[in-house]
Amino acid sequence: MTLNTFVEAAVCVLLLTGSLFTLIGAIGLARLPDFFMRLHGPTKSTTLGVGGVVLASVVYFTSLRALTSLHEILIPAFLFLTAPISAHMLAKAGIQQRVSLADATRGQPALDDHADAGAQPPGAAPRDAEEARD
Amino acid sequence: MLAIVIPVSFALLGIAFLLTVVRLVRGPSLPDRVLALDTLNVNAIALIVVYGIQLRSTLFFEIALLIAVTGFIGTVALTKYLQRGDIIELN
Repeated sequence: MTLNTFVEAAVCVLLLTGSLFTLIGAIGLARLPDFFMRLHGPTKSTTLGVGGVVLASVVYFTSLRALTSLHEILIPAFLFLTAPISAHMLAKAGIQQRVSLADATRGQPALDDHADAGAQPPGAAPRDAEEARD
Repeated sequence: MLAIVIPVSFALLGIAFLLTVVRLVRGPSLPDRVLALDTLNVNAIALIVVYGIQLRSTLFFEIALLIAVTGFIGTVALTKYLQRGDIIELN
């Protein structure tokens, strides 16, 4: 093994931390009772876990090739930018689909019916099917 | 030390992948399934990066970056379909 022991220990700690955060996010996705609760696991914990794994690979290849390889940072940078956007759009989709809420979920999602006067969500019942049949 | 930690990391990420697949199959509503698909993308990125560490190859970072970009575009398209019933609205 050509690696320094300290560098190898740092890579191991970062790998284990990242994998554990990813696993905790997946457990939250599989076990929480509500869609709005399940949204928490992947959007925060899993994204942070991927950040740790990529940081481990940055440390590993920097010490292996003896030159700094920072272009892997693009992956967690892109993920940290896009995870809040996709979480926001998924939450809006869940509100519009009227997903069932658990008892522990506080508050009611505000529905704005005037925003989508012409569009139909595909899960909802067609609004004017009766008039179209007549 | 790294020879032990890399298989352990593969095992943890594989369990995470399987739990996400469970949610994808069971998920009672459509946003749950879209969320599970998005999480599968992120888990696949982590698995590919660990595989690149094991093979000592930097070739896999471009693949992981491409999966990140296409996964984000796919999630945005699916949520747009769920919200509006259409992806590209011409009028």
